[in-house]
Amino acid sequence: MRAVARPKCQCPAARRRGRAQWPIVPVWILSDMNIARTLYEKLWDDHVIAERNDGTSLLYIDRHLAHEVSTPQSFEILKRRNRRVRRPDTHIAVPDHAVSTRSRSEKFGGPEARALIDRLYQNAALFDIPLIRLGDPRQGIVHVIGPELGFTLPGLTIACGDSHTATHGAFGALAFGIGASECATVMALQCLVQKRAQTMAVVIDGAAANWVSAKDIALSFIAAVGPGGASGFAVEYRGAAVAAMTMEARMTLCNMTIEAGARIGLVAPDQTTFAYIAGRPYAPKGEELDCAIRHWSTLASDEAARFDRTLHLDLNALIPFVSWGTSPSEAGPITGHVPRLDAAADENARQRLRRVCDYMDLTPGQPFETIAIDNVFIGSCTNGRIEDLRMAARIARGRKVADRVTAIVVPGSTAVRRQAEAEGLDRIFTDAGYEWRQPGCSMCVAINEDRLQPGQRCASTSNRNFEGRQGRGARTHLMSPAMAAAAAITGRLTDVRTLGVQP
Amino acid sequence: MTGPMLQITAPAAAMLQDGIDTDVIFPARFLLRMDKAGLGECLFADQRSKDSFPLDRPDRRPVQIIFAGDQFGCGSSREHAVWSLVDYGIRAVIAPGFGEIFANNAARNGLAAVRLCRAQVAMLARESAVGEVTIDLVAKTISTSGGTAIAFDIPEADRLALINGWDEIDVISDTYQHEINAFEARYRQLRPWLFKALERG
Repeated sequence: MRAVARPKCQCPAARRRGRAQWPIVPVWILSDMNIARTLYEKLWDDHVIAERNDGTSLLYIDRHLAHEVSTPQSFEILKRRNRRVRRPDTHIAVPDHAVSTRSRSEKFGGPEARALIDRLYQNAALFDIPLIRLGDPRQGIVHVIGPELGFTLPGLTIACGDSHTATHGAFGALAFGIGASECATVMALQCLVQKRAQTMAVVIDGAAANWVSAKDIALSFIAAVGPGGASGFAVEYRGAAVAAMTMEARMTLCNMTIEAGARIGLVAPDQTTFAYIAGRPYAPKGEELDCAIRHWSTLASDEAARFDRTLHLDLNALIPFVSWGTSPSEAGPITGHVPRLDAAADENARQRLRRVCDYMDLTPGQPFETIAIDNVFIGSCTNGRIEDLRMAARIARGRKVADRVTAIVVPGSTAVRRQAEAEGLDRIFTDAGYEWRQPGCSMCVAINEDRLQPGQRCASTSNRNFEGRQGRGARTHLMSPAMAAAAAITGRLTDVRTLGVQP
Repeated sequence: MTGPMLQITAPAAAMLQDGIDTDVIFPARFLLRMDKAGLGECLFADQRSKDSFPLDRPDRRPVQIIFAGDQFGCGSSREHAVWSLVDYGIRAVIAPGFGEIFANNAARNGLAAVRLCRAQVAMLARESAVGEVTIDLVAKTISTSGGTAIAFDIPEADRLALINGWDEIDVISDTYQHEINAFEARYRQLRPWLFKALERG
């Protein structure tokens, strides 16, 4: 008789199976298991190294993404203290923020950007951190390549010197943006001092109409709660509509959470997540993957878990959104208009409306569809993935970008760019009059040469419409890839549903 | 690392609109600068050209305190926003709420991010249009030259960091080295696949 193979892994689930007949379970374990917890609470509890007496905890950090703009000073901190990186293999260094999207040639991008990129290369070598260079087929925006490489996994804590790190929360990872000083702490000590957040459930139900995407859901959520509405919370997106979403859509949704003030946006890992991860370079393989999935399957919020706040969004009524102001929360359905002065809640709101309209060169009450644009930007960690490009390409196919409009597509990563080229999307875009660029953050953050001129107005798939975000004096309207592609054709903000394209 | 800060007394400026984000505080194009020194010249770079910018009023210099609206420092994680404020000479921002990452960055650089309700911020800003403001981090109070002291709230960890001027890496490593090692050893045993996965990448 063959002995039953014992599971090799040491995870609690496997251990429990290995000793199923064990009759006595200590009471404290029972009570511990009986406490219903949310996904966030499970992730948090799993990483607490120590509770501090000032209301904070020391949290173990599994992974860190280092880009060229937020880390030169972090490495300086390490050098000044003569410290090494504690676990070099838990970091990936990759240039994305300041890179030129015109060419991978070193001649492009200017001496300052080049110096930042070179410094990242030097620091990665000095501290023995895995480096992905420009020109490497794995290069791309940190929040696009982390998931692509399987570096982003459920159940992990992931930090990055970028506020859109919540993107990785789509996998059920506790991921959040930090400053350069905290990047140094993570590198030196593999941990961070954090304060436990309150929990907010955003329950999304209903079926999205044609051309209504995760970006529209994100914008409508942010508009509903306001720029600080989720401040102090860890948001978990739940409900049937979220369960039905692709990983790309979940990433778009989680990505924008910071625009509602919360550093953390989460979706519970499920079969969609596991299927996305399987086979990626850094992902566990074979038995190890089974073992990992057993752990990941325990992470979803318990049914009886209580959230500090719960919000419901119904997709049935949602139509494509556009932002009109200088905060992502200043957004509304495309069929709407800039708020009227008499609709402002108080004098403060009236003053802000006047100031924003002045900056954006809009009139209170102006219908969104009358707003003419000069530029279109399709890309970013919010909407630079293959699904986003497919969505935009369906609108662009066989049409032309309006005469006065300059439109660029910047894939989120080299892998996305190659996939799009394999599908012929690049031809669709270039035939329509778009520029087809190299991957990077580009006009989402406008550190590189992809900047608007003062007064120029852009239909953008990025995440922020702050004053000057896309260049000094530039005006940004946030929207989905389909909506941006529709604006490219008509030269003004346009309800994509009126173009008569079948999705 | 910054020096200890127990109390500040200085002129204050009022920038009470909500949502002054880190792109406004520190425009992205200056992120190309690698050196922290001199970042004060980038502070509010695209606002300073406007007439009567609060920080540039000659009668109020040197401003070290800013009264702000809600969600000051929301948006990007760029620590440059804090560095540029500090380099300019700002030691405290008083607002109803802050961007979370900004607030985390502030305490690590000797910038006090102090929370007060909107009405109190507005009142203090009015009262301190002339004269000075005193922020006492030991007593946790704010007072104006003429007015009474108001108690304020600040996360205890941030307050201790400010008054001690400590260095986070040193503090954690001195206090928790053993706990970190123990956690990591336990964790490695519990999730071996997580550690093996990295060897493969």
